[in-house]
Amino acid sequence: MNLLEHSPALIVAIPLLTGFLTPLVSKINKKLRNFIILISLLLTLILVWNFAFSYIFPREEPFVYVFGANSPGITLPSGYKIPVRIIFEIDSIGAFMSLITSIIAFLSFIYSLEFMKKYRGLEKYYTLFLLLTAGIFGMEFTGDLFNFFVFLEITSIAACALIGFHVNKSSCVNAGFKTMVMYTVAALFFLLAVGLLYGQYDALNIGILATKINGSLLDKLALGLFITALALKIGSVPMHFWVPEAYGESPSPVSMILVTNTQASLYALFRICFTLYGIVMNTALIGWIIIILGILSMFFGATLALIQRSIKRLIAYIAISQIGYMLLGVGVGLTTLENPQLLQNYGITAMRGGIFHIFNDAICIGVLFLISGAIIYRTKIYDMNNLGGLARNMKYTAIFFIISSMAISGLPPFNGFVSKLLIYESVYKLNPLLSIIAILISIVTLANFVIVFHGVFLGPKLKKFDNINDAPKEIILPIILMIILIVISGMFPDLFLRNLVEPAVKSLINKEIYISAIGI
Amino acid sequence: MIIENFPFITCMILIIFGIYTLLFKKNLIKLVIGITIIESGVNLFLVTLGYRENSVAPIFTFASSEKMVLPTPQALTLTSIVIGFATTALMLSFVIFIYHHYKTIEIDEMRRLEKR
Repeated sequence: MNLLEHSPALIVAIPLLTGFLTPLVSKINKKLRNFIILISLLLTLILVWNFAFSYIFPREEPFVYVFGANSPGITLPSGYKIPVRIIFEIDSIGAFMSLITSIIAFLSFIYSLEFMKKYRGLEKYYTLFLLLTAGIFGMEFTGDLFNFFVFLEITSIAACALIGFHVNKSSCVNAGFKTMVMYTVAALFFLLAVGLLYGQYDALNIGILATKINGSLLDKLALGLFITALALKIGSVPMHFWVPEAYGESPSPVSMILVTNTQASLYALFRICFTLYGIVMNTALIGWIIIILGILSMFFGATLALIQRSIKRLIAYIAISQIGYMLLGVGVGLTTLENPQLLQNYGITAMRGGIFHIFNDAICIGVLFLISGAIIYRTKIYDMNNLGGLARNMKYTAIFFIISSMAISGLPPFNGFVSKLLIYESVYKLNPLLSIIAILISIVTLANFVIVFHGVFLGPKLKKFDNINDAPKEIILPIILMIILIVISGMFPDLFLRNLVEPAVKSLINKEIYISAIGI
Repeated sequence: MIIENFPFITCMILIIFGIYTLLFKKNLIKLVIGITIIESGVNLFLVTLGYRENSVAPIFTFASSEKMVLPTPQALTLTSIVIGFATTALMLSFVIFIYHHYKTIEIDEMRRLEKR
């Protein structure tokens, strides 16, 4: 059998095994350790790209990978067929998410090499980092609800330990504890919902459950628990209070990969709403719940950002408001799912905007965290009131900041403009008010970045920054690569929309294909 | 009827106790205890789902000809207990670090110290 057909297992296994190899190799040689991690992440990146473009995107149906067997079905002596093995089921949206994860993890590691060099305990840092990466891939690939819970907890533990990495700072430890409490409660709610479904239908596989589910009261309760748990994980507004501390206190490369972790939970929310409950429930109602969560996140995220003084906390609040755009776009798609005419009319466009915005958000918010990290690396100052005039010393950083903040605020010719325009024009047809709020929030976002740019980069030359220049090239390199991605996806959005986003949207809408792929 | 559902009611009561602890207690150790109570409730719920009347545990050595239960809920519970151990350990280690910084684990005291 072709080794590349085992890609789904390898993509999760390589970071996981390297992660536990790291403390051992670290005892021998630090350079060797960094080299091994670099090779493993590069290998993962290549495997993900090869797998996505040769196995997922050209085919219509999802790729089913069964651990320890060729086919998912196993017959009990009584003739009862049930998928008891661990099953990975990857369709276009899963592949799309894993592409983003692989890029972000690789660039975040290159950035960490220089950024984290001066700290002790790096072998643990890299172990947790690789665990987090493996967990995110697992969340995106798995076709089984309990497996998803396991990967969710892997990412929770790794992410919270990374947030509290600087244990000598009280705020970091506080943030780590708070986030851990939130993540654990979310995961337990998720497990309770899985238990409710298992008790009724004796199945854990998403495809099998979707055929059996009948919309009883317990199913609705389980859906409520799923939405609560995942909305907590993505930091949507009523449950957002852990986000600014988690993103703001963690080291910058970790904040970048935490955004991807959040988006993996977002993917799970879409998967549950579309595939699991898409057939039996009234999707218009679920769609409106998601739209309301999105609008709240957009509004409170962007307005609360206005009063922040710490640059990383400000970006964290912007990250909350950007999650709102994805919820809005895909939520509008969900309301039209039962009506093919409306779906063609504006539902698909809204979903294209929402899904494309996942990519844009990962890149733009990620690069903003990296830039703020570069500023902190040079000045050691978090508070914007004590910064100023840095454009004189850090010219390239200032230019990168302008590009990325314009992109995330939705100004042409960058990628944020494309996805937000798709959202505005389609959401307008459902309800004009939603579209107006979305545009207003974009303006508030831009205002936030004007404040940051004015506070950090403009102003008179400060004496304390005389010896400061741009960050070293290991820190600048990942930023440049991501800026290039922003510009390319802004200049040629069709390339991305046609090849990546379109199949992803189709795979969410055509849920029957995902459900029938298990074939029992 | 009520006797049959008694295990489920017990699990839900445990979970509600846990949520109450999380919402109204101001001591970090008590918060961790609250989460552990929710976790026990969920684990108990999973084990309860595995019970089937007139069937035996799935041990094939010297098995009688009676019906066997599918051991999935037990496997889930074991995994969940292991994960719960890891999360509890991590949370308690965070509490130790917080105690080192603030010399207290009461949330109100911590807030007061932060403002100063």
